Amino acid sequence: MGINVNKEKCTGCASCQSACPFGLIDIIDDKASIKIEGCTLCGACVEACSFEAIRIEREIAQALFGDDHHGVWVFTEQSKGEIKSVTHELLAKGRELANTLKTDLCAVCLGHHVHKLEEMAFYGADKVYLIDDPVFAGGSEDVYVTELVRLVKQYKPEIVLAGATPFGRSFFPRVAAILNTGLTADCTALDIDADKKLLRQTRPTFGGNIMATIICPVKRPQMATVRPRTFKKNTPDAARKSELIKLDFNKEALTSRTKLLNFVADLSERVKLEDADIIVAGGRGLGKPENFHLIRDLAGALHGAVACSRPPVDEGWLPYSHQVGQTGKTVCPKLYIAVGISGAVQHLAGMQTADCIIAVNDDPDAPIFQVATYGIVGDLFKVVPLLTEKLKSQ
Amino acid sequence: MNIVVCLKQVPGTTEVQIDPVKNTLIRQGIKSIINPFDAYALEEGVRLKERYGGKVTSISMGPPQAVDMLRDAISVGADDAVLLSDMAFAGADTWATSYTLGKAVRKITNCDLVICGRQTLDGDTGQVGPELAEMLGVPFIAYVSKIEEIKDGVIRVQRMVEEGYETIETTLPAVITVVKEINTPRLPSFRGMTKAKTAQIPTWKAGDIGAEKENVGLAGSATQVVKIFFPQRVHKAEMFKGDAATQVNALVEKLKEAKLV
Repeated sequence: MGINVNKEKCTGCASCQSACPFGLIDIIDDKASIKIEGCTLCGACVEACSFEAIRIEREIAQALFGDDHHGVWVFTEQSKGEIKSVTHELLAKGRELANTLKTDLCAVCLGHHVHKLEEMAFYGADKVYLIDDPVFAGGSEDVYVTELVRLVKQYKPEIVLAGATPFGRSFFPRVAAILNTGLTADCTALDIDADKKLLRQTRPTFGGNIMATIICPVKRPQMATVRPRTFKKNTPDAARKSELIKLDFNKEALTSRTKLLNFVADLSERVKLEDADIIVAGGRGLGKPENFHLIRDLAGALHGAVACSRPPVDEGWLPYSHQVGQTGKTVCPKLYIAVGISGAVQHLAGMQTADCIIAVNDDPDAPIFQVATYGIVGDLFKVVPLLTEKLKSQ
Repeated sequence: MNIVVCLKQVPGTTEVQIDPVKNTLIRQGIKSIINPFDAYALEEGVRLKERYGGKVTSISMGPPQAVDMLRDAISVGADDAVLLSDMAFAGADTWATSYTLGKAVRKITNCDLVICGRQTLDGDTGQVGPELAEMLGVPFIAYVSKIEEIKDGVIRVQRMVEEGYETIETTLPAVITVVKEINTPRLPSFRGMTKAKTAQIPTWKAGDIGAEKENVGLAGSATQVVKIFFPQRVHKAEMFKGDAATQVNALVEKLKEAKLV
């Protein structure tokens, strides 16, 4: 088990050293030496070596599951009966996966009086598994964990997807832990390896600097979470039909060890960033909190929402709820205007799928211009007020 | 109160640089730091000890040099520290990591509360906290922003959810993850630093915690990395020319064409 360099075959040519994406290989005494800590066994060095001197040894992956796993499942996240948009996005991707695998796409809904369930079909589902009970009206995670585990064990899907929302990121890992299977967080791409019928899950790591493609070869189901606004939902097709399967469950077996005592809504956000069509975001270039009125004015003229990169939050200029990026929110508006944001990978990870990106920055080499549709190199303190005026006069 | 805090040493990724020619991470000059979210977990553990009495043990799974971070943990108030380090642990995914941490927490015995940061800076999955709770078979609460009270074996906390704050309670033992709003970590005290210097920090290997080899490290990982690549970005922005007013006019025309305004 592990990665080994055959010192007799190694010529110290250093091809592997430049191939290692993590910079973990040193040439010591003319031989390659690999630091295991941080190594993901991605195999880049093995491919780069012309002398077959590097070998990755894995125990032969033996499937720990039978061939009776079928179907792609999407966990239907809802809050107070309203289905979250990420569910529709997952159905679009799930549809592609199910088509490739020639299997069914099923939406699994645990809720109470959930609205618009028929739309699951419009967005791509073949079947809807529904448990409708007041126990799923509240926010207790325990009951969702117990019941989803039971359903997965009973119906044996091959793939289960959930949104990487705060709820999904908390409850889905617990399901994976109990099922003793792999879970890949925050995937930005999902596809099927047609030969092996495996789900290829691609996600950013190292703060978005590196992308990793991950598989779960020997356990089932293959589980992944996807951030809201990563995939685009399909245009609903009202002619599509799905089978609604209402399931019973053993209510006595469901207990919650946590007790919700109180909920206070955060009203500070007038426009939810994730749902906004137009977002104006400010960064370090604004210089001080008072200057954020430029962003607010522009957002006002466009009827858009106000966002920011990480530095303004770290400096305390704006609350965390406005932060877009790796450790903040992922957004996908029609129009994203980045003002005074240099475009660190962490920020780009949260907004680069926007339909139209406008960047205003005084540094022509700022990375934000690499993802922008239109760019203005200039002084934001001149450009932004002019733009706001011009838009107001339209 | 017997509190265990899970810590991870991570590369300070805000400083991560990519070699533009070789397309690899430049490791030189990147300092290893305590995962920032874990620092809040540690501070909260120490505050709970100060409030209710008891003991804080910090644990970390990682390479031998992670012991430096565990010494730092003692300098800010942890009583004990344990390093989980074994070649067999290398290459662990979140399942294998939580399994290993779970075995260590069980060995510490009589643990009332395990505190983790909400996610790490490098892996960024946020999965180890919830998975660890299931490995231990105890209740779990994520995104805790305030611990209101611990009394008669019940913990009451505030936590951040999508649309606001929840007040929620559960029985101990339990696992919680904390967000940065929970506290401001303290600086090391002189006394703490003296204690840290001489503290005995044991290293536990797989055998020491009764972890089965097939469940730890690479062998215990259900997921496998098959490819690593760098996000490709192409310079495609259409840049406007001229003075500010000319550029703004050109931009507004484009926005009108695209029916965005």
